[in-house]
Amino acid sequence: MTTFVELLLNGLSIGAVYALIALGFVIVFRATEVVNFAHASLLLAGGYVTAVLRDDIGFLAALVVGVAGAALLGALIEFLVIRRYRGRDHSVLAIVTIGVDIVLLAELTRRIGSNVYPMGDPWGDGVLTLGGVSVPHTRVAAFVTAGLIIAAFLLAFRLTSWGVATRAVAEHPETAALMGIRLGRVSLSAWAVAGGLATVAALFLTVFPTPGLERGTSLAALKAFPAAILGGLDSTTGALVGGLVIGVTQSLATGYQSDLTFLGRGIGDLAPYLVMLLVLLVRPAGLFGTRELARV
Amino acid sequence: MSEPTTPLTASGATASGAAASGAAASEITAPPAGPRPAGRRATRVGPSRRRAAYAAAGSPVLLALPFYVDRFWLQAGLLAMAAAIGAIGLTLLTGATGQLSLGHAFFLAVGAYGYCVLAGDGEGAGEPVGLGLPSWAAVVLAVLLAGVAGGVFSPIAGRLRGAYLGIATLALIFIGQHVLFNAHDLTGGYNGRAVPPLSLFGLTFDDSETVVAAVPFQAMEKLWYVGLLLLAGCALFARGVLRGRPGRAMNAIRDHRIAAGVMGVPVARHRAAVFVLSSMYAGLAGVLLALVFQQTVPEYFGFILSLEYLAMIVIGGLGSVTGAVVGAAFVTLLPQILTRYSEVLPLVSAPGTGGVSPGEVSRYLYGAAIVAVVLFLPGGLVRLAARRGPIEKDEAERP
Repeated sequence: MTTFVELLLNGLSIGAVYALIALGFVIVFRATEVVNFAHASLLLAGGYVTAVLRDDIGFLAALVVGVAGAALLGALIEFLVIRRYRGRDHSVLAIVTIGVDIVLLAELTRRIGSNVYPMGDPWGDGVLTLGGVSVPHTRVAAFVTAGLIIAAFLLAFRLTSWGVATRAVAEHPETAALMGIRLGRVSLSAWAVAGGLATVAALFLTVFPTPGLERGTSLAALKAFPAAILGGLDSTTGALVGGLVIGVTQSLATGYQSDLTFLGRGIGDLAPYLVMLLVLLVRPAGLFGTRELARV
Repeated sequence: MSEPTTPLTASGATASGAAASGAAASEITAPPAGPRPAGRRATRVGPSRRRAAYAAAGSPVLLALPFYVDRFWLQAGLLAMAAAIGAIGLTLLTGATGQLSLGHAFFLAVGAYGYCVLAGDGEGAGEPVGLGLPSWAAVVLAVLLAGVAGGVFSPIAGRLRGAYLGIATLALIFIGQHVLFNAHDLTGGYNGRAVPPLSLFGLTFDDSETVVAAVPFQAMEKLWYVGLLLLAGCALFARGVLRGRPGRAMNAIRDHRIAAGVMGVPVARHRAAVFVLSSMYAGLAGVLLALVFQQTVPEYFGFILSLEYLAMIVIGGLGSVTGAVVGAAFVTLLPQILTRYSEVLPLVSAPGTGGVSPGEVSRYLYGAAIVAVVLFLPGGLVRLAARRGPIEKDEAERP
């Protein structure tokens, strides 16, 4: 039972991190209708900047610079590439982001090489034990931070004029533009936000118990894609639920791996995708996605 | 889907944009209105005649290459042919039907490993399982197996589209990798397994030498002709599919799914069928790749490979068979050429010397090529060739 609770808590925490990534993904999709396959490399870029700078300027400052850097990179991608394609077919745009991803990923993997960059976070490898259930400090920090950031964004969506503008664009871009909302700014800010969120996620994907940032970190980020799809690409609630479902599934599958040996080693990494396929079989638009209604 | 020739630079969302797109729309329809019948007829004859001329000029060269070129180039060429077959399959799915797939590498793996399992003799302790079928039968069955794998996925492939399908197919990659690394008995695990050579009519396509016209023919020389034959067959078949009834239906689904459904195209069935066909193409490409590499390793069939195939079809020109072949040649040969000439090229250093390796340079190049092609050359490289000729409408119609 203790193991189960531990795994569940770990899963919720990692799920909150996936939710952060998926949230950025969904924000970009709602603002520009582009499926951002470059998201994984944005995450790696932010994480890389943080990890490289932390020796010189300290952890917190490095994290701030990393977040700002990834946000800037996201904004640059939007400004230099995505903006030029507005009005084109969206599946072609998705392929364009794949092109961007190939370039960024090639550069980052070349820089990272076979190194592992520890994040140098203040939590270290401390473990919190409550009534026999022990959870690493990093997991607690991840859950709290991700929860706060997500809550802040949900509030911003409801209350700020930026949030209203973003929601209006997601609802109907042309009408929003006619109402005086600047589509360019909305999509620029969406990409920047996605980059920033991805960097925070990168931090929590690479702290204890994982050794640090490495080439493979972007593969971990790919697990947030099923999270976004599972919840429904155009739903922020979906991103949260999807992230948590994926996180818990992965944690449980990894934890009970020894009972699941017939499925082979590393089933935990596969579990998110299997869950996604199952959900898509039943609900092709995801759990909270809007079912497309078309009037002919 | 917006017409690629539409100069829709304005967002189309602002008030002036809406007016601009209206103007643009009339711009498209206006010019061909006059000379259209003549232009139409010319498109039917022009490119195909030109292509026939190219083919007539090119095929003797391709047929003669094994007599003059060394093993390195033959292997590179064979890899390009295998990639071209796979890319044709993907362009049927993504280019012609508009179904984004990131799972192409999975079906390549099914083909490659399917062939190994079916044709391997499986003797000796610790050897992976093999059924010991004749190798030609193994090729056919491996392709069918890839088709079945695609068919199993069809409940999803038939219902999802766009990004949902793209990410759902991403799952296939990870499932594939999981199975390849874990099913030791079938796949040989991390180190992969040796590929049994193809043998046809008593001729074995391995490194045993057969001397033809004073040129020693080894595996690559012999496989070269197999590759050419398969590629030609695959390209012709795909062209037939695209030009016939199914091709029209596929384009209709891509351009307007609902309208296609209203006109009586069974949308889900077509999507699933194209998915199966595309998987079979990938399976055949996988078999050929396995025969060329002579050893299959699971790592090869990862996420990057799927991205490469997408790069091929976009760079060549989405939805066009020639485009898929051109794109496959570009993406496959680029790293090979860069590796071969890394000493003389600036900014490129040999692998393992710490500088920018040829593989990385080629990834920058084709990643950037995707972005540039979509931005400046919506029809891909094929369009570039067509643009120089007098008639381009035929190619321009296929985005």
